[in-house]
Amino acid sequence: MVTVLFFARIREQLGVDRLSMALPYQPISLSQFKQHLVDSHNPDWSNILMADNVIKAVNQDVVDDNHSLTEGDEIAFFPPVTGG
Amino acid sequence: MSANFSVSVQQQDFDVSAELALLRQQSHEVGAIANFVGVVRDINDDQKVATLELEHYPGMTEKSISDIMAQATERWQLLGGRVIHRIGKLAPGDQIVLVAVSSQHRGEAFAACEFIMDYLKTRAPFWKKELTPDGERWVDARDSDHCAADRWRE
Repeated sequence: MVTVLFFARIREQLGVDRLSMALPYQPISLSQFKQHLVDSHNPDWSNILMADNVIKAVNQDVVDDNHSLTEGDEIAFFPPVTGG
Repeated sequence: MSANFSVSVQQQDFDVSAELALLRQQSHEVGAIANFVGVVRDINDDQKVATLELEHYPGMTEKSISDIMAQATERWQLLGGRVIHRIGKLAPGDQIVLVAVSSQHRGEAFAACEFIMDYLKTRAPFWKKELTPDGERWVDARDSDHCAADRWRE
């Protein structure tokens, strides 16, 4: 199982803040996992999760779409940060 | 990172004077302390702001700021550092963030303080939502913040 977290504008757009789900197959890249998320939940999620400015983190480090996922990962999707 | 560097993400306000006193007491070598305090503005993008709500990513927030402070210690001779970032609902005039850095000399403290603040604004997972007369709106990231962080790459 992996944990998937959504924050800020993306959380509101998707209407969910956290999912717990199994990886459909392995090895799987973050890009492939995003497609699986869309296919298994809502086709409208594609526009939100695939947008260029969405930041992805795995186990609290920012990664790109080529990152390879493993069981137990914490995967997060969030918009550009605006703290400070 | 050394025990003299610490990060807090909290709802409650902070006392700048007390935080600077702690940094001063950490080492007899301290000759300079530079600090920055961010304050919630009453007007943003020409609209009146009633309240500002801060969301964050628990765990990654603290980790990313600790990483930023560790990078600062590699670039400059620092003796200590303190970052406090508030979350939850804030009002105009409220303190939102403190970055404070101690060193033997002011040049290192000034530079490291600015570096940490610039990187915090572009790397630490915080998001602001404003309540205005027209309703709620998420604050967009500014290109100028990324330009400010990019200049440290040289």
